[in-house]
Amino acid sequence: MLALVAPSVLFIALFFVAPLGLFLYRSIDNSEVPGWLPRTTAALASWSGEGLPDEPAFRAVAEDLAALSGSTALPLLGRRLNHNIPGFRGLITGTGGRVDLAKPGRMREQLIAIDARWGEPAYWQTIRRERHVVTPFYLLSALDLRYGASGAIERAPAESAIFLGLLGRTLAISLVVTGLCVLLGFPLAVTMAGASPARANALLILVLIPFWTSLLVRSTAWVILLQNSGVVNQLLVGLGLAQKPIPLIFNRVGLYIAMVHVLLPFMVLPLYSVLRNIPPELMRAAASLGAPPAVAFLRVYVPQALPGLVAGASLVFVLALGYYVTPALVGGPGDQMIGYFIAYFTNTAVNWGMASALGTLLLLVVALIYLALGRVVGLNRLAVR
Amino acid sequence: MARPAHATVLERATHVGVRALSVLVLGYLVLPIVVVLPLSFTSGELLVYPLPAWSLRWYREFTTAPDWTRALWNSTVLAVVTTVVATAVGLLAALGLQSLRSRLKPALYGLLALPLVIPHVMVAVALFYYYARLGLVGSFAGLVMAHTVLALPFVIITIAATLQGFDVNLPRAAASLGASPLQTFRMVTLPLILPGVISGAVFAFVTSFDELLVILFVGSPEQRTLPRQIWSGVSETMSPAVVAAAVVLIGVSLLLMAVVELLRRRGERLRGATRP
Repeated sequence: MLALVAPSVLFIALFFVAPLGLFLYRSIDNSEVPGWLPRTTAALASWSGEGLPDEPAFRAVAEDLAALSGSTALPLLGRRLNHNIPGFRGLITGTGGRVDLAKPGRMREQLIAIDARWGEPAYWQTIRRERHVVTPFYLLSALDLRYGASGAIERAPAESAIFLGLLGRTLAISLVVTGLCVLLGFPLAVTMAGASPARANALLILVLIPFWTSLLVRSTAWVILLQNSGVVNQLLVGLGLAQKPIPLIFNRVGLYIAMVHVLLPFMVLPLYSVLRNIPPELMRAAASLGAPPAVAFLRVYVPQALPGLVAGASLVFVLALGYYVTPALVGGPGDQMIGYFIAYFTNTAVNWGMASALGTLLLLVVALIYLALGRVVGLNRLAVR
Repeated sequence: MARPAHATVLERATHVGVRALSVLVLGYLVLPIVVVLPLSFTSGELLVYPLPAWSLRWYREFTTAPDWTRALWNSTVLAVVTTVVATAVGLLAALGLQSLRSRLKPALYGLLALPLVIPHVMVAVALFYYYARLGLVGSFAGLVMAHTVLALPFVIITIAATLQGFDVNLPRAAASLGASPLQTFRMVTLPLILPGVISGAVFAFVTSFDELLVILFVGSPEQRTLPRQIWSGVSETMSPAVVAAAVVLIGVSLLLMAVVELLRRRGERLRGATRP
């Protein structure tokens, strides 16, 4: 019987587990630096990191860069080291084309003559620190940390310390969206659970319509509806609720409106599947035993609804954490979440290490939630779809 | 919650309040989709009400402009191939898992459901990284594999749910009457679980047909699908043709949703009839 499962397992292993594993490994992978600078990294291993290294290290870097000169590896190495110190790229590519191994005299003077930055310890310290095949650099950067000049880990300077804020914003947006989904989804699920079977089915269809409509299409709809000349603003102005169109798009308000719309069915469906199995007799029993309605609701109904609430809320929260399309279309520059930056570092900045480190961070948060809430998370309850 | 006969004024007010809120929430869920649809029938260039006049102009654009016709074609071919592969592979897995009596079972379920819990943007970026090394970026096979992986969990979960209500004595009876395993499957098992298989196939189709991020990262410009074309439409020039394309996507999704709903209700009726 295992043989029947094998093709699926193979698919998932080859086209899901392997890509993700390799991608996550990229957050610590540093094989490029020792691979392209074999002599330099070997020479710097014995250097204390104080001042400037000795002549053999200058000779080694000159030989390594001369060997890469003219190949595509030179700009790639430059781009890689540029992640550590902006401007490193120019130093690498500029030196690679001009270094002359046959020229008599010390290499130290020649390199500093080509580019004075070879006389600055920071560049040497960076290569020394990045001499191993793995590096903590990207993961530290994703936590706004870096290695200081002394080699100790320190906070990144304020202008580049953007990632903890990004993580906080991602968590905050997801939390608000989850809260709104609970507030709006609970009454609706209660109404559905209390309705006659025929009406409950009709209501279910109304929840399923947005659920089945693609996320992209729904986000697009909100772009059209929320723009300054859009239907929502036409209504607000037409009804006299606003003097002039209110900016509802490319800001946090618009993002909440669209994201709650997209994620609300994920709250309602698991919740409804739990609520409809709560026997109505229990509430009547509580009432007949003298419990005021509010007390009966809080102490009899809510505890039984709790699994559904937790399932729906955690599902919404986890899905919201990874959102990319809706914030990209409806949110402003200040409303982008981790997913946006993973895409940005992949497409625009071409910094795989940073994309992977942020992905690792996102996956870690998601995994923590699944571990904490275990089987409560409502995936299996979505079978109602 | 059923309303007791002796409800007080406050309880009635709460009840009415909950209902009113429910109506508002349902309006919020459905109206945005409904309100946007007519904009695709505008004769003008702008996506605002009132429409200058009704026109099929943008549907003409959608059915004749090469960008859109190619996107529709690409989406359809990719979704059909993905559906066939994912349904076949997923059906096998569901059958295997059903008769598997092993401690591996929960772990296997977990592994196969993994694509549901990882953010799609990460899957897409990871596949881009992986495919770049394998030379699969921009290949049709690469897209099919990626969409199959995303669709598999839906197929397996749906078919496995149908198999839970399946009487394992029926194939045994067929076998005892001399049917070969293949005959048993084709003439006994498959007809009985067909509604689940069709539902699974529908999920696979919709997953692929609506998928954007994988196409965005690993698709070539020639492989642009409808979602990809809508995406660039929204981020560049928002023409009513984008809404016409969205209407097509919505139409396909809702049609397929109706199929799944009908099958689900039929299943509920049948189970109700056999197990009172």
